[in-house]
Amino acid sequence: MGTILKEYKYTPAKIVHGYSGKSLYINLSDLRIEEKVVTEFMKEKFTGGKGFDLWYLWNAVTPETRWNSPENEIVMSVGPLGGITQYSGTGKTLVASISPLTDIPIDSNAGGYFGPLLKFSGWDAFEIQGKAEKDIIIFIDGNNGLIEIKEAEEYPEDSHVLAEQLTREYAEDEDDMVNVSVVSSGSAAKHSLMGLLNFSFYDPRRKTVRFKQAARGGLGTILRDKKIKALVVKYKGITPNLNNAADLATINKVGVKYHKQMHDLDSKQNKMRQIGTANTVMIMSQYDLLPTRNFQTGGDPEVVKIAPEVFINEWLTQGLHDGCWYGCTMACAKCADHFLLTSGPYAGERVTVDGPEYECVAGLGANLGIFDPQAILEENFYCDTYGIDLISYATTVAFIMECYEREQIGPDHTGGLELRFGNASASLELMHQMSRGEGFGKLAGLGIRKLKKIFVEEFGADADLLEDIGMEVKGLEYAEYAHKESLAQQGGFALATKGPQHDEAWLIFMDMVNKQIPTFEDKANALYYFPMFRTWFGLVGLCKLPWNDIVPSDNYKTSEPAKVPEHVQNYVDIFNAVTGEDIDKDDLILQSERVYQFQRVFSVRMGKGERKDDYPPYRSLGPVSAEEYLSRKELYDKQLRDFQGLDPEKMSLDEKIAKLRAYREDQYEQLMDAVYRRRGWTMNGIPTPERLKEIGMDLPMLLEVVEPKQ
Amino acid sequence: MIKVNTEDYPWHSGMTVRNLLDEKLFTFRHIIVRINGKYVPEEDYEHFTIRDGDDVIVLHLIAGG
Repeated sequence: MGTILKEYKYTPAKIVHGYSGKSLYINLSDLRIEEKVVTEFMKEKFTGGKGFDLWYLWNAVTPETRWNSPENEIVMSVGPLGGITQYSGTGKTLVASISPLTDIPIDSNAGGYFGPLLKFSGWDAFEIQGKAEKDIIIFIDGNNGLIEIKEAEEYPEDSHVLAEQLTREYAEDEDDMVNVSVVSSGSAAKHSLMGLLNFSFYDPRRKTVRFKQAARGGLGTILRDKKIKALVVKYKGITPNLNNAADLATINKVGVKYHKQMHDLDSKQNKMRQIGTANTVMIMSQYDLLPTRNFQTGGDPEVVKIAPEVFINEWLTQGLHDGCWYGCTMACAKCADHFLLTSGPYAGERVTVDGPEYECVAGLGANLGIFDPQAILEENFYCDTYGIDLISYATTVAFIMECYEREQIGPDHTGGLELRFGNASASLELMHQMSRGEGFGKLAGLGIRKLKKIFVEEFGADADLLEDIGMEVKGLEYAEYAHKESLAQQGGFALATKGPQHDEAWLIFMDMVNKQIPTFEDKANALYYFPMFRTWFGLVGLCKLPWNDIVPSDNYKTSEPAKVPEHVQNYVDIFNAVTGEDIDKDDLILQSERVYQFQRVFSVRMGKGERKDDYPPYRSLGPVSAEEYLSRKELYDKQLRDFQGLDPEKMSLDEKIAKLRAYREDQYEQLMDAVYRRRGWTMNGIPTPERLKEIGMDLPMLLEVVEPKQ
Repeated sequence: MIKVNTEDYPWHSGMTVRNLLDEKLFTFRHIIVRINGKYVPEEDYEHFTIRDGDDVIVLHLIAGG
């Protein structure tokens, strides 16, 4: 099905020490396909994965490029460790582009088979530039060295249908289906700015296609703007050493040690193999960290209805190995099988729902005031198949619901949808509207930053209130953690380069509960180390979860248990064993910082990435409303007494809210100063030439951006 | 009065580690307890008695999310 528009034959490069040494470039405007050499410079400065993505992206765009400019690229890379099968979490694909939500580089990552199969097909990275005239599919046959671009007007859009069809089409038979992986989005991606990418893998036990998502920042929107319906890769012949590692014995040894920990400890620790990341929902609520009703509070008595045990006992299939790449014993990609849909175009069908992940239960559940596991799973399914980033969706709808309840918008604006907290059917209808590009759902797909402007300018809403309660920074919606009481995490979100996603730093326990980082300098050190360390996963193609969602039983004896030193050493050992390099744990941080600072300068180059862009909405820092203050009255009154020397008994509620706000906003300013100093930035948030030189990144292209701003 | 993670916390006679964890709603699984610098194994939580003035550290071992 579909006319072939272009064919390109190539000789798949042999992978040596984790790198094929080649990257693939496709321009859809003129159907040009080229091979590029991955240089030693790229490996030294950018390592791989997200580093390669950002390097190629920098060279493709100008400061004037926007998400839908033809020259914007989608770049993906798996990293030098990607695809090894001896350790957990080694199948991540890193994707970068200029985001429609933020206008700066976004990076997002996903499991699934696409990235490793792409590398084993001979490509360390894959750039897609330009725009096709009609819907197309790009197919990469890694065994036969063939790339095809073909018309795809007749293929469906929604991922669960499209990926199933393509997997069957490109596989020779049932056994061959595991060798095919599809990247796709869905019908809502072309009508919203929060489209995601689904990365497929075929599950032979369930005989169905499963998905992991590179969800953040609108990558699916860009995919559809380029008129790409799907990317398909096929590679048959996965064996344990396709990376041709320099020292396979060490990888095996480290892997065996790790898998034993997983076997012995997971059931006593996070139960990742039973429930996946959603294991923390009740814990987050008990620690006042579960975002509830647009981050107003940190938990709710009703959360027991969506507790992990509910999903384990009533919804999620147990006892199957749910890894999203070979060799992962964490196997946390849980799913609800034979789930009966009750709304939308697929109502009445039984489907497999991938998830729910923690972000799904927290975002589509608690943050919308929806404490109904069935409704959460249905929202989960439709977000995925329609190609909607559920984090941006959930945080946006939470904002809309609060605006509705505070009468900033009404049914006249929403087309009659009663978008109040707890109304699951209204949320689902909004999602269906988004997929059809209709009504208020289409508007919601613009995300919070644009909605604030529309609500104020066209609907007459209160601008100050909306600035306070709209949970976005840089244009990206917050991930699903309540964090008002952790100054470090306020910075962890708002100072994150791409926007408030928690993959840079999650410091709430260290800061709020353990009180391990009391000073600004302590917090700044944490906001240096953890973002740098966690960046590294994205450079090499690894999943972060195996690092600290299981820890060695004697981890507590170490001097810095939060860092999980044994697992850090595992990563050092594996990196050296695959690549033949000789790095230590400090070199690992250096590799990361080179890319981290590069991305910050990239943001500056695109017009963001300065101090003005690092401010959170006040709801991130403290209580906006009387109800929020009263929900933690004892704590806030104590802080007024202890930190400001005030007597709350003699103050009105409005005075207390105002005084606390002044204090907390000042604390955040001081945190920014400390973090900027620690990261080697000016007080305006610009990396200094001196710091760039120290880490070997004083490249002329970067200095040209930062020097005028010193 | 005792210290829990550097902050004052009311002490009562017979308070065990388990009592303290329950009172503080410290339900996270990855925690370790040190009292006056000495590690308290999990199997001792039920009967290990905290004394008035003790310095209790309850470390939640995750920087994840």
